[in-house]
Amino acid sequence: MFADYSMPELMSIFAMQGFAGLSLFSIFVLMALGLAIIFGQMGVINMAHGEFMILGAYTTYLTAGLFENVLPGLYGIYFFVAMFLAFIASALLGMLVEWLMIRHLYHRPLDTLLATWGLSLILQQAYRSIFGAREVGVSLPDWMMGSIAVTDLVEIPINGVIVMVLTLVIATLVYLLMFRSGWGRQVRAVVQNRPMAEAVGIDTGKVDRITFALGCGIAGVAGAAFTMIGSTGPTSGQLYIVDTFLVVVFGGAQSLLGTIASAFTISQAQSTMEFFLSGSMAKVLTLLVVVGILMLRPQGLFALKVRR
Amino acid sequence: MKTTPSASSLMSRENLYFLVLAALLLLVFPVLLDAFRLNLVGKYLTYAFVAVGLVLCWGKGGILSLGQGVFFGLGGYCMAMFLKLEASSPEATASQSTPGIPDFMDWNQVTELPWFWQPFHSFSFTLIAVVMVPVILAFIIGVAMFKRRVGGVYFAIITQAIAAILTILIIGQQGFTGGANGITDLRTLMGWDIRSNEAKTVLYFVTSGLLLACVLLARHVLGSKLGRILVAMRDQEDRVRFSGYDVASFKVFVFCLAAALSGIGGALFTLQVGFMSPSFVGIVPSIEMVIFCAVGGRHSLLGAVYGALLVNAAKTGFSESFPELWLYAMGALFIAVVLAFPNGIAGLYQRYLMPLEKRMLGGLGKAANTPPTAAARRMEETP
Repeated sequence: MFADYSMPELMSIFAMQGFAGLSLFSIFVLMALGLAIIFGQMGVINMAHGEFMILGAYTTYLTAGLFENVLPGLYGIYFFVAMFLAFIASALLGMLVEWLMIRHLYHRPLDTLLATWGLSLILQQAYRSIFGAREVGVSLPDWMMGSIAVTDLVEIPINGVIVMVLTLVIATLVYLLMFRSGWGRQVRAVVQNRPMAEAVGIDTGKVDRITFALGCGIAGVAGAAFTMIGSTGPTSGQLYIVDTFLVVVFGGAQSLLGTIASAFTISQAQSTMEFFLSGSMAKVLTLLVVVGILMLRPQGLFALKVRR
Repeated sequence: MKTTPSASSLMSRENLYFLVLAALLLLVFPVLLDAFRLNLVGKYLTYAFVAVGLVLCWGKGGILSLGQGVFFGLGGYCMAMFLKLEASSPEATASQSTPGIPDFMDWNQVTELPWFWQPFHSFSFTLIAVVMVPVILAFIIGVAMFKRRVGGVYFAIITQAIAAILTILIIGQQGFTGGANGITDLRTLMGWDIRSNEAKTVLYFVTSGLLLACVLLARHVLGSKLGRILVAMRDQEDRVRFSGYDVASFKVFVFCLAAALSGIGGALFTLQVGFMSPSFVGIVPSIEMVIFCAVGGRHSLLGAVYGALLVNAAKTGFSESFPELWLYAMGALFIAVVLAFPNGIAGLYQRYLMPLEKRMLGGLGKAANTPPTAAARRMEETP
């Protein structure tokens, strides 16, 4: 399959596909980071994660509309406001959901799956009632559009670069929060040994609520970022939920670094194969390989060595 | 009922419930419903096969599979392939550029019948494949996962990924599988027109009969030593392992059994509905199947059958009259079943109706008074 292309062409194909893979990687990381916190750290299977993401995307859409109509002069920076609002909206909803539903289910992980699936159906229908079944998109401000030509054959879109930088910043923040802050220590303590954490005076209920809200908030930011490269519909979230779970599981559920590494592996494999095979076959192959590896190495790439 | 010891009175009670279900399926529905509704019920019953399988592997075995749609679909596709080949005889497809192959292959410039379609010319092969294809896949997944002690959440996610893979594959390989439309326009089974009302009624009875047989089989499995080991495994897997049982093999077995049941359900579905498409394979239908089982009661075989019937009937009813509300109702059902009645309808029945029934029948026998309440309590406590 390589024979039809000349060497420089091949190189630029790999460069372009590699870059496309990097954008996919950024999206995966953004989505998976939230899930890695909720699923990896808290053990809650949140099937509504995609819908939290879509909430962020719709928030961005609304903010863009607001800026367009009320503050057209500031349209250039609407995205950063939208991102912040997306975080707040998803985190608040997450907090509400945790309080209503999830906190009753911490000892029944498989049931969180069913309950959050129900939640995802309700949210989907709510989006459909509010925003209509049609997909909506936002128009990017001028400075985010266009691309940088690296060579004659290789062009890099600016919005892709922005998504990547965003991912980097958020991943760093999450890392600092989880592993370098007192609060992160509390989260990890609660996860590892709830009664003990309670005994040393940690308010586990509060920690749980904020952790869940944080995970959902990050999903919201992912949704905001997502509007830069695609349109949003009521059921868009469902398309990504399996991918996201696989990324988290493949990386080793408890390891943030693993999540990032597996997002990288999966996205690069998929986007490179996509050029040579049809998109669906590339996806099938990638998923098959991931499932195969998971069968051989169930703990994922980066398993924490913990005694259980 | 009067003087029987508690255990056998429970048994006879179970038999009674089974007979009620049998009467409902074989007498009440056929008498009350017209051919169209009866066919709908028949369709719901094919999901009950999956739900019964899920009671075995999820409720009793503690293995939650989110990929039952895969097995349902494989069974359904096997049957659909046979029917499609029968419908695409060279005479019937004479207008195609290559007569004798299914129409969608012709549209997709596939000129020769692919190798994996060839054996489906044979009906006996198809019947075996309906059960064996799902079982073989389940066996591979089961051995790979359970021997390495992967379970619970991880198993659920991986089976879900498999459902996603199969759907993408079917949709992507349009020329071989019919793509997103699925395999449609199925007409006859061994020369017998399956689209007529009589055929649909006959198929309804076949489905009901097979379902009752499968429930009996499942009950037999659960009543045997194997069933007790399953429950023990669900509750304390390590202890069972340390007692010297090969936990993985039991899990593989029950997973394969559930897959076989789903495959049979899928094949009957194809026969009654007249087509098979990837929309019955993927993640969404697979999770819906889990909810049929959960609503009916994940620990109760008969509950699962009622769950499949009720949820599907509600779905049809709701989406006919309030399509908007259906997703809300379904979502609320998911949440309610988890938060409010984790043992489903069967659990509600045991908790609320059974004591009432006891009180009303209380004068009839003293022996019947205590054991079911104890059973009800046990139902409450099971996680």
